[in-house]
Amino acid sequence: MSRMIGVDVGGTFTDVFVLDEATGRAEVAKVPTTRPDQSGGFLDGIARQVADLSTIGVVVHGTTAGTNALLERKGARVGVITTEGLRDVLEMRRRDRPRTWGLRGDFEPVVPRDRRLEVPERTLADGTIRTPVDLDAVRAAAADLLESGCAAVAVLFANAYANPENEARALAALREIWPNPHVGGSAEILPEIREFERFSTAALNAYLQPEVSGYLGRLDAALRSGGFGGEFLIVQSNGGVMSTDTARRLPVRTALSGPAAGVIAAGHIARTAGFDNVITGDMGGTSFDVALIAGGQSMLSAQTSVDFGMVVRTPMIEITTIGAGGGSIAWVDRGGLLRIGPESAGSSPGPAAYGQGNTRPTVTDANVVLGRIDPDSPIGGTLDRLDVKAAGKAIDDHVGRALGLSTVEAAEAILRVANSRMAGAIRLVSIERGFDPKRFAFMPFGGGGALHAGAMLREVGIGRAIVPRYPGVTSAMGCVIADMRQDFVQTVNAPTSALDPADLRAVLQRHVDDGMALLDAATSRFERRDVVVELDMAYIGQTHTVAVPLAVTLDAGRVAAPTLAQIETAFDAAYDAAYGRLLPGGARRVMNLRTAVIGRRPKFDLTALAPTGGSIEAARGGTRPVHFGDAWHETAIYDRLALPVGAEIAGPAILVQPDTTILIEPGLSGRIDRFGNTIIEPDEA
Amino acid sequence: MSDAIDPITLAVLAGRMEQIADEMDATLFRAAFNPIIAEAHDASHGLYHAATGDTLVQGKSGLPIFVGVMSFAVKAVIDKAAEAGDLEDGDIYIFNDAHLGGTHLSDMRLVRPYFRDGTLFCYLASVGHWHDVGGAVPGNYNPSATEAFQEAFVLPPVKLARAGVLRQDIVDILMRNTRLPQSAMGDLNGQLGALDLGVRRLDELLDEYGGATVAAALDALGDRAETLMRAELAALPDGRWEAVDYLDNDGITDDALPIRVALEIAGDRLILDFEGTAPVTAGPVNIARPTAVATAYVAIKHIFPDLPANAGVMRPIEVRVPEGSLLSAEFPAPVGGYTETILRMIDVVFSAAAQAAPDRVVANAYGTINALSIAGRRADGRPWVMFSFFGGGHGGSAESDGLNHGNAPISTATIPPMEILEAAYPVMFRQWALRPDSAGAGAHRGGLGAVYEIELLEERAEAFLFGERGRFPPQGVAGGQPGATNEFRYEQVDGWHEPPLASKMLGIRMEKGQAVRLETPGGGGYGGAGSRPAEAVARDVALGYLSPDAATEAYGPAWREVDA
Repeated sequence: MSRMIGVDVGGTFTDVFVLDEATGRAEVAKVPTTRPDQSGGFLDGIARQVADLSTIGVVVHGTTAGTNALLERKGARVGVITTEGLRDVLEMRRRDRPRTWGLRGDFEPVVPRDRRLEVPERTLADGTIRTPVDLDAVRAAAADLLESGCAAVAVLFANAYANPENEARALAALREIWPNPHVGGSAEILPEIREFERFSTAALNAYLQPEVSGYLGRLDAALRSGGFGGEFLIVQSNGGVMSTDTARRLPVRTALSGPAAGVIAAGHIARTAGFDNVITGDMGGTSFDVALIAGGQSMLSAQTSVDFGMVVRTPMIEITTIGAGGGSIAWVDRGGLLRIGPESAGSSPGPAAYGQGNTRPTVTDANVVLGRIDPDSPIGGTLDRLDVKAAGKAIDDHVGRALGLSTVEAAEAILRVANSRMAGAIRLVSIERGFDPKRFAFMPFGGGGALHAGAMLREVGIGRAIVPRYPGVTSAMGCVIADMRQDFVQTVNAPTSALDPADLRAVLQRHVDDGMALLDAATSRFERRDVVVELDMAYIGQTHTVAVPLAVTLDAGRVAAPTLAQIETAFDAAYDAAYGRLLPGGARRVMNLRTAVIGRRPKFDLTALAPTGGSIEAARGGTRPVHFGDAWHETAIYDRLALPVGAEIAGPAILVQPDTTILIEPGLSGRIDRFGNTIIEPDEA
Repeated sequence: MSDAIDPITLAVLAGRMEQIADEMDATLFRAAFNPIIAEAHDASHGLYHAATGDTLVQGKSGLPIFVGVMSFAVKAVIDKAAEAGDLEDGDIYIFNDAHLGGTHLSDMRLVRPYFRDGTLFCYLASVGHWHDVGGAVPGNYNPSATEAFQEAFVLPPVKLARAGVLRQDIVDILMRNTRLPQSAMGDLNGQLGALDLGVRRLDELLDEYGGATVAAALDALGDRAETLMRAELAALPDGRWEAVDYLDNDGITDDALPIRVALEIAGDRLILDFEGTAPVTAGPVNIARPTAVATAYVAIKHIFPDLPANAGVMRPIEVRVPEGSLLSAEFPAPVGGYTETILRMIDVVFSAAAQAAPDRVVANAYGTINALSIAGRRADGRPWVMFSFFGGGHGGSAESDGLNHGNAPISTATIPPMEILEAAYPVMFRQWALRPDSAGAGAHRGGLGAVYEIELLEERAEAFLFGERGRFPPQGVAGGQPGATNEFRYEQVDGWHEPPLASKMLGIRMEKGQAVRLETPGGGGYGGAGSRPAEAVARDVALGYLSPDAATEAYGPAWREVDA
């Protein structure tokens, strides 16, 4: 009864990470993801590792079920009941457009206009109810929506953040007649000013609810019927976990569940290895996803657009994506410039070397031609071998001839441009936000990132790269590591001069009480509970707010009210840090209060993953020619997992393992640290 | 094509330099005090040629119209410095003179020479829309201005910094000439910060690659943009196509004002000739010549969206702006309403280009920014001004229907949330909705415009509107129909009224409980209405985008026979 299991369902593979808490032993399994119902692969993956489900204490799931339903527009048939005069808010967005140039493209909201019904009701911005909600109209609207086959309904009322009474009365009436639990209100889900963002989040939540709720319910039932008696948790986009009950109520919080878990794991691995500052780079088939962790904290963003016009506002780990993955296609434009992406061959048909029908060169093809990827044992395990000739021909046909370059020169050129784009993404999350990348380590994960680690050190001036021992299952490992976390928000919208600390305290107390109740309901052990409070504040007249961290004290569960002086001092410190100057005499406004209640789960000892025994000699597996810069180098190949702790490998070298290939370029060296990570650093000059 | 640089280094440097300009944009957006820059991104940054001022690289997130106009601002500084003969490393020029630098007087331009090893290498520039720069009306949108002096304080290019030392005298003059010195100081600091950052990043890049390589890359990028533009033009048929459209009036006299273009393609060259456009007007719908040329660039870039943002694109294009027309107004003719005029220029270029290459062009978008302001005093005497621009429909295209409720082609600004406006001002939106029957019919119809009805919740206020398209609707292309015109109404004790000048009005008195109502145009349609599938029409009716009568009038009765 002491196993912890992390399950990450990706586009191609379902990864299972099993940790035996008693022995500290960890095992991993990779099984194909099943579609459309991912629960098959999920249960299969667990069954491979654990015969008796009653020995499992916790299952934590990073899921893309919600993400996929949003991207593929495969959510439920949803109805909306909204304020008279405002039925089109979801469709009007914030008056934007898909792309700056071209003026092309249209937009279909997930709830079409004929399923957005208006009812008489109106609350003003100060919370005054101008028109009480007409409950008969609500019931009639519900009947219409049910008649048209809606499986979920969202109530979206103007200014409900300021006073949720009308919305709450409508919801109560609805819940009496609606035949399922899929009923939600905008202020229940996000009591924050800005109607489009709030309505969109609530509508997308409803859109996901039947689907995700059903999926999690099936998983839960299957686990229980197999004898599982422990706790089943879901990773949220903010990198924390929540109970399955919460996830079924707030599925929109899983929009970036999978990638978030990977960043959590990367942060933990790096911190344990001695690096509090790390930039992660997840290179997949179509994209390169970058995140930054400073001082052990991942950056959170307040909202994201899953697609044009599909805004989800809930705290989520900030991940910057550029279209430069292994499958990104290299081409020469009409002006004679070599370009990479955005078009991608993905994993199917995949690079030209896969021989599955794509004849245009990809980043992976360049790596194959230059000897960096072993054509005889491709990672991922679905192909027997790669077609080097086809890769070379694709490069010649589409890049080499157009630029007058040999195959090898053209392949080097493709990598140079791809690396430069990836380095640009790293600069974007670091230098452009005021972080010096020299103080950071780079952690590649996913299948392809470790091939490009050396280039990132060179291009951005990062000091070292750290390649985790199992880069292909980082997200599944992150599931086991993530803390339990609940986020709350309440719009306050008051100048500090008019702020009543008692009111603020009351909101804060409610957040803390609700958050603690959810932690209490969990069976997980927590090492510690933290309450993190931030105010969104600005000078009056300014629209961009700064996040102002506020230290609060809890005494036997009771929150002490922050004083106005504390709030203003905290604002000055945060504002000065963000902009390097203050505005003397400027009046300040508090827009939102944000609270995170976090239960810190015990972290497992990563030395459990370290290799035991082994020797460099035994790990050494021969050589092959690999092209670096302008010459071929006979390069030693090592079995990465067989290298012992403390091993030092001078570049050029290639370390291979089933789910990734690590390239150590000339001038760099790799060493295996006591956790089994490979640390790549430049040789002393 | 320059052979001084290998194509791979060029590809790398292109990305690095774009990133510098993007980062300058981001720096100002974060630091700016006023929401027009911070939220609406009414600003721009880039690198410009040392001798000509041509745009070398420009940030991707700034306002589209600046992509062409900034080179004129830099050229104005180059001319001024040449005259005085005193350009030094560390100088920064500042000005807002729209007749020299384009757009309008709200846009404050900072231009800084960048020196490398004692030699001028290029210019860096930053432009941002300040909240207030004096003049007769707060916010500088004065529909009754007949001279620039009534629009704003006019500053020609002067040195804000000399050899790295900020001249406090100039700052003092600036801050004495704005109603919002705090906001202006914040924006000025943000722009200086963006320029500092650009200098630092350019230093790093030149240290890494060397000045000669970067200079060669800049030349090559311009050449490459020219090659791309010529290839696009060569692929189009040769010929001459004309289009005309009209502004409702100049806000003073109720006369329609024609904007005409003749578009001529000959091989890989293009001429845009605006001969026949109305003469300079008394009211503020004039634009200065730099604005007109920059607008041609915006129109071209919308037609060829993949082209890079540098001056090379314009080398094969000749823009003929007739002397004495409202497109080449001389100082001090008022230019505050420049947005309306340039939107109409883009519309006529689209209408002409669609005759040459219908699949490359979208139908006209709603074509007016609809600057609507409501101002009053609170019970405690505090003044308030709600000022916003409103959205409308985009045009249909070969691929799809137009976007419902989009932003203007010259801008990427989003609209403030209704709840933010209601929280900040004593107003309530009775309606914030799509406008049925506003889309131009077509095989692909236009996008829908919007309806905003705004009720006053306090005792008294005044409203003013600066809009367009009240008399002349957005045109369809390739046989598509026009969208609906802009409709504005205001409520008085005796009912609803319409402004005599259709789309422009000052000083509308409002009492508590009364409202103003703006119904914005939909986009023009693309292709003949007869080829729109009956199912698509039936669906538009089912969704309420179209009333049954309007559907039958535009598309015939076939939709009644099919399921949506």
